[in-house]
Amino acid sequence: MGARAVTERARALNAPARAASDRARALRREAAGPLGRRHPALIALAVATLVFLVAPLAVVIPISFSAAKYLTFPPPGWSLQWYERYFGSREWMSATGRSFEVAVLTTLAATAVGTAAALALRRPFRGRSLIRLIVLAPLVVPVIIMAIAIYGLYAQLKMVGTLHGLVLAHTVLALPFVVVIVSATLQGLDETLELAAQNLGANRWQTFRLVTLPLIRPGVVSAALLAFITSFDEVVVAIFVSGTGAATLPKQMWDGIRTEIDPTVAAVSTLLIGVTTLALGLLAVVRRRASEGS
Amino acid sequence: MTRSRWTTGWLLLPALAWLGILFVYPIGRLFYASVFTPAFSLSSYGKLLGTSVYAKVFANTFEISATVTLLALVLGYPLAFVLATAGPRTSRLMLGAIIVPLWTSVLVRTYAWMVLLGRRGLVNEGLQSLGLLDAPLPLLYNRLGVTIGMVHVLLPFMVLPIYSVMKGIDVDLLKAAQNLGANRRQAFLRVYLPLSLSGLATGCLLVFVTALGFFVTPALLGGRGDMMIAMLIDSQISQLLDWGLGAALAVVLFAITAGILLAVQRFTSAERMWARVP
Repeated sequence: MGARAVTERARALNAPARAASDRARALRREAAGPLGRRHPALIALAVATLVFLVAPLAVVIPISFSAAKYLTFPPPGWSLQWYERYFGSREWMSATGRSFEVAVLTTLAATAVGTAAALALRRPFRGRSLIRLIVLAPLVVPVIIMAIAIYGLYAQLKMVGTLHGLVLAHTVLALPFVVVIVSATLQGLDETLELAAQNLGANRWQTFRLVTLPLIRPGVVSAALLAFITSFDEVVVAIFVSGTGAATLPKQMWDGIRTEIDPTVAAVSTLLIGVTTLALGLLAVVRRRASEGS
Repeated sequence: MTRSRWTTGWLLLPALAWLGILFVYPIGRLFYASVFTPAFSLSSYGKLLGTSVYAKVFANTFEISATVTLLALVLGYPLAFVLATAGPRTSRLMLGAIIVPLWTSVLVRTYAWMVLLGRRGLVNEGLQSLGLLDAPLPLLYNRLGVTIGMVHVLLPFMVLPIYSVMKGIDVDLLKAAQNLGANRRQAFLRVYLPLSLSGLATGCLLVFVTALGFFVTPALLGGRGDMMIAMLIDSQISQLLDWGLGAALAVVLFAITAGILLAVQRFTSAERMWARVP
């Protein structure tokens, strides 16, 4: 214990020096740029690519305020008709409520289950890599496969169109994000703090509650926000599993787009873009606070 | 150590039970359904191999995925480079412009392209009002529409892995190369590019593998001739109610995806990308 305390102390004393040299390196990098000045054509291509990424989202927003009866750009005039249609529609309203319900429950489930799994996967044990593989597999298995697989199961169990069915399925999709992000946060955690708490008499739960959780809270909050977006924006599983009477917002949009291109969809899209941007904005704030605090 | 293993092991149980029941078991059932219909037979796979329409769908899927990967690389590598070499403020802004679309619903992004590329969409109206076009171009419900939409949706999967590798390249190596007489072009081609190859490989792999299983974008932007595997699976299951064939197709898609990822041993790279995304 004595030796560890000494090395810890030394590391702590060394920290400002290390930070200074990091900062110097960053400054040097910025001043020169690795290949001298970048070619204007390169910058132009990068800017064009960024416009390509952002423009479609930026175009949907004005379309949703269009006074036209069909999709056209630029809008011939402005009106709130599509928002009126959206807020006046029982179907759209129930889909909106359903989406929020599913996303909130999914967030709670995925964050709790995923954080627990990340804690357990922290230390090496036999079979860990296999378990990691299973936990992270939903990131790379095509969603259509998960959608029809779960649909097949639910059809047999009469769970198609149920709230809990959708929450259970969305949690599978959100779980890997939570595990990845909380694991990354745990890697940066100083384990000696937990050991110290235990030496001072805290049991495992107290250690988690009073030491570990406060330290990893930014990671857990980020994970929860991403779990929320994952569920709120999810289409493919919802198409199969939400049935006819219990559509989520994206499922309702899917039906709306397939049958007729109704500009109400543009209003709903604007809403979805807003919710996503808001969640990501919150996430950025959480991250910045965390890095300033440490 | 033994004690801590016992006390933390149970934390895995909820996740394993969850994924066991709602991920591993349902996919296992698909494997089963693809060969027991209801007695053991390989007829679904036989039908799959013996029908030229299905071969066309597989060819479409690989062609579209390869094209999309190539285009995403051409656009994504320079963008990643500019991003990695920009100052902190610019790079934060650029990252935002990449990450907000990434997390926006695929359906919203696809719908946006329907608005842009339609007969009365922004692109056609714009070109016509400039007098460059007499009649609207067919940009939607064909291969071009699918390609544009998919490049848009998958581009962040290319940029982010390349960017994260580029961020770690020590710029002093380039200065060293230039001190030793290399010009900028040589320094890039012989030092920077090889160092960034691992990110490039990861990006290409992620984009290609994800493209193989794409459903929403090709279903909405493609025409009759652009059907991809996921759309075929959907039509077998929800319209033709042929679970045998649908399951066999899903198994093949699963095998291709898993095969590529395991063969290249880049499974963990997907994880690393997502860890950095937010």
